[in-house]
Amino acid sequence: MSEALNQKSPGFDSSDHENEIITLNMGPSHPATHGVLRLVLELDGEIVRSCRPDLGYLHRGFEKIAENKTWQQFMAWTDRMDYLAPISNNVGYALAVEKLLGIDVPPRCKDLRVILCELSRISAHMLWLGTHALDLGAMTVFFYTYQQREMLYDLFEEITGARLTTTTVRIGGMARDASPEWLKKVGEFLDRFVPVLDDCERLLTRNRIWMGRTQDVGVLSAEDAVAMGCTGPVLRGSGVEWDLRRAQPYLSYPDYDFEIPVGSIGDCYDRYLVRVEEMRQSVRIVRQGLEHIPEGALNADAPKVVLPPKEKVLSSMEGLIHHFMILTEGIHPPQGEVYHGIEGAKGEIGFFLASDGGPSAYRCRLRTGAFVNLQAIEKMVLGSMIADVVTIVGSLDPVMGEVDR
Amino acid sequence: MDFDFMPLIVAVVKVSVVVGALFGGVSIMTWVERRGSAIMQLRRGPNRVGPFGLFQPIADGLKFFFKEDILPPFVHKPTFIMAPAIALVCAMLAFAVIPFGGSLNFEFFDEAIPLVIADVDGGVLLLMAAAGMGVYGIMLAGWSSNNKFSQLGGLRAASQVISYELALGLGVISVLVLAGSMRLVEIVQMQEQFLHWNIFRAPLGFLVLMVAGFAETNRLPFDLPEAESELVGGYHTEYSSMKFSMFFMAEYIAMITSSALLVTLYLGGYSIPPRVVELFGLQGNLLAFAQMGVFVAKLACFLWFFVWIRWSLPRFRFDQLMQIGWKSLIPLGFLQVIASALFVILKPEWF
Repeated sequence: MSEALNQKSPGFDSSDHENEIITLNMGPSHPATHGVLRLVLELDGEIVRSCRPDLGYLHRGFEKIAENKTWQQFMAWTDRMDYLAPISNNVGYALAVEKLLGIDVPPRCKDLRVILCELSRISAHMLWLGTHALDLGAMTVFFYTYQQREMLYDLFEEITGARLTTTTVRIGGMARDASPEWLKKVGEFLDRFVPVLDDCERLLTRNRIWMGRTQDVGVLSAEDAVAMGCTGPVLRGSGVEWDLRRAQPYLSYPDYDFEIPVGSIGDCYDRYLVRVEEMRQSVRIVRQGLEHIPEGALNADAPKVVLPPKEKVLSSMEGLIHHFMILTEGIHPPQGEVYHGIEGAKGEIGFFLASDGGPSAYRCRLRTGAFVNLQAIEKMVLGSMIADVVTIVGSLDPVMGEVDR
Repeated sequence: MDFDFMPLIVAVVKVSVVVGALFGGVSIMTWVERRGSAIMQLRRGPNRVGPFGLFQPIADGLKFFFKEDILPPFVHKPTFIMAPAIALVCAMLAFAVIPFGGSLNFEFFDEAIPLVIADVDGGVLLLMAAAGMGVYGIMLAGWSSNNKFSQLGGLRAASQVISYELALGLGVISVLVLAGSMRLVEIVQMQEQFLHWNIFRAPLGFLVLMVAGFAETNRLPFDLPEAESELVGGYHTEYSSMKFSMFFMAEYIAMITSSALLVTLYLGGYSIPPRVVELFGLQGNLLAFAQMGVFVAKLACFLWFFVWIRWSLPRFRFDQLMQIGWKSLIPLGFLQVIASALFVILKPEWF
């Protein structure tokens, strides 16, 4: 007891001039840690000597919840992983379950999912751009990007009924179809969005201060990025051309013409350029999707999986029975294990699902991009300054909902 | 009763008017800052209180008064309480030597009243001293808060202000060399002709002084001591209510003062070119008021520039800040001082 009292506070020990180290607790509630990331930093002046990330402040036990909810019910939880691009998570989960069931969705559904995924990528990257710029002091960019996200949320609201937690994807289809007006509005949004993105770039890309703050900061070599399992823009920023949309194509991505931007040295500036270019490529993909989205059925022809339309429920015996069984018992995929990963906004979002033939998963394992990418932080911040920590956290773009799950 | 009370009364009136104007300027500036940033950021800004939200600063002031004044248990109380006062007083003190007009004449008072609070010989020195003292407020605030974020903010402020004080000094000296005087009134009178403005004679000095002015006032892109996204609130993290508000006001007053310094030293101050004076037939008190108007207009342009920069640029990193200060501004400042000296010796005909 007395020994503990006699010990000087480690932060302000002035007797030892050789190792004047301050332990600084950054987060979990800190303006620049994007949620509840906690970093325990040891500082020598402004220079970071050690960094220990502490996670779990937003842990909600999704993997266990998946074992207690029916297959379709868990869809609503996937929204809350990367809550900045909820539709991507929905789609990833739906694709995994569909793989387990062995069903394929019609082309219209595939194209609609692609459009929605890319719009969510734009939304997530726009939020990243705004907050990253805000962290570095450029507040105006934040408002530019947020206005665009507001318009995107209006679009999401129109098609899904919700702005943030959309839960719009169903196993074997979608909850609602897109109206021609909605598709037209998406096109109009893209026309307005590209000039705003140009404006943001004009404020930042060749800005001396921005370049000074991001270039050669938080360098992650390609070997390290691969060794640590980084995916998404973090991996591509380091110069590795790996995009699941190309590498392991899903939905109708092989039909689309787009480029995969890669960085060169893997600093924060490269990651910035990669994400901005990704938004432009997403715009390209959505434009193509709007052009060749076919008419036709939206949901897969799988009566034991997909809810029948309401008129069928009211008019036919089979419809009523299927409706009742799906809602009370849920769907029953065959026994087995599947893994399906998609290219989310932060990296690979993977769903490993084990089924024992029951109405809910026997085991669910969620592999999220931000969680894996975040482990690179320690390597990146050592020897840099406090201000760089903020830049690096921003350029890793963690969403704590996805990291902690 | 041979003590003449009149100068004292005049001084008191002048001080109260200037302090009132400064605080008025601060409240207008907060409004301009918020509305201006709103225009740039596609927002509306404060528009509820009064016409165009003009009374918003009053509402803000009232809010600050009614907020609980929290004195955290771990702070070093005397310095914690003193720090905002030091910051505010120093910021206001610096304005005392800035001339904002010629002189007023009244019938009941036989002497002309110069429109400057203190027309002292070493005016610029006083200003620099007061500005330099201002950092004590920030440093002590950071230190006494006993909070690591605040302490880092205080340390940053100290090293930043000390580094940029040199650049500021060089920017000032390049004008002093040209003028051969430290009295700001004389420096202004020298620049009566538009082409005699020091900005044309010492452009580098203007640049150096402007950048240093940004750094001295801790405004973006040099707002490292409070860097919200890094140090939460920096030196004022632990402050609340009026104490916080005093830092806030000090920042804006410092902004006004450094703009005023720039206008006075480089942009002709309150002076109106004689030709314009003749053109409008300005005389006596009318001229003095016109000069005040000109001064305020120049000041306003600069203050808007401050706002514009703040909402457009990202923030520097600490080492970059030091590099700009020591490796760019100070050499440029020296260059200008030498150039000014040569200018004085050679006295080129064409100027």
